[in-house]
Amino acid sequence: MRHGDKVPKLGRTASHRRAMLRNLVQQLFVHERIQTTLSKAREASRHAERMIRFARQDTVAARREVATFVGDRAVLRKLFNDIGPRFVERQGGCTRVLRLGVREGDGAELALLELVVRKESEREKQVREKAAKGSGRGGKKSKSPAEEKPGRKSRGKQKPG
Amino acid sequence: MPVPKRRHSKERGRKRRTHWKLTAPTVVECPHCHDPKLPHRVCPHCGYYAGREVIFVSKDKEKTR
Ligand SMILES: [Zn+2]
Repeated sequence: MRHGDKVPKLGRTASHRRAMLRNLVQQLFVHERIQTTLSKAREASRHAERMIRFARQDTVAARREVATFVGDRAVLRKLFNDIGPRFVERQGGCTRVLRLGVREGDGAELALLELVVRKESEREKQVREKAAKGSGRGGKKSKSPAEEKPGRKSRGKQKPG
Repeated sequence: MPVPKRRHSKERGRKRRTHWKLTAPTVVECPHCHDPKLPHRVCPHCGYYAGREVIFVSKDKEKTR
């Protein structure tokens, strides 16, 4: 029987869990994409979706409701002014969890939690530009995904050395 | 305290352990770089998933695969 197991406890007390999920959700809204373990990502995504649902309404009541979970004023502002409007036409499904595989050390399954409509973060931009400069091969996040899809052969050719 | 009453032969223990088996992980071919990868996961070699590049994999890492 799995009665009473509705909420994944994540090995934490209620207050610890709540604090951690708040941090995860706030960081997701700040960075648009975060890496964590699969179970944390899944749980955080539920809460993030809930916050976005409120943010879409954009009422004072919704703002206050969200403020009880998202403590950071700047994050709250971004959520309502920037993130919420991106998802007005969606019936949920605003976040995505991508599985990355297993972490060396403790064998935990890692995942990316990201907003489905997201902007490139500063760090990603830097990495991409650096990669583009380094070789002819376009780095990650090329704005037009259709531009080229190098197969094994073409990629091998472009490798330096 | 419980204590063994009889000697336990090698065969007995080995027979019990015939059921300890490893299972090979399911591996699929990455549609982008054609390297083996785990299903339903971002490819650790090229960073692609569902037809687009989702994470950046540095070229040194790619080389050592
Ligand atoms: Zn691949």
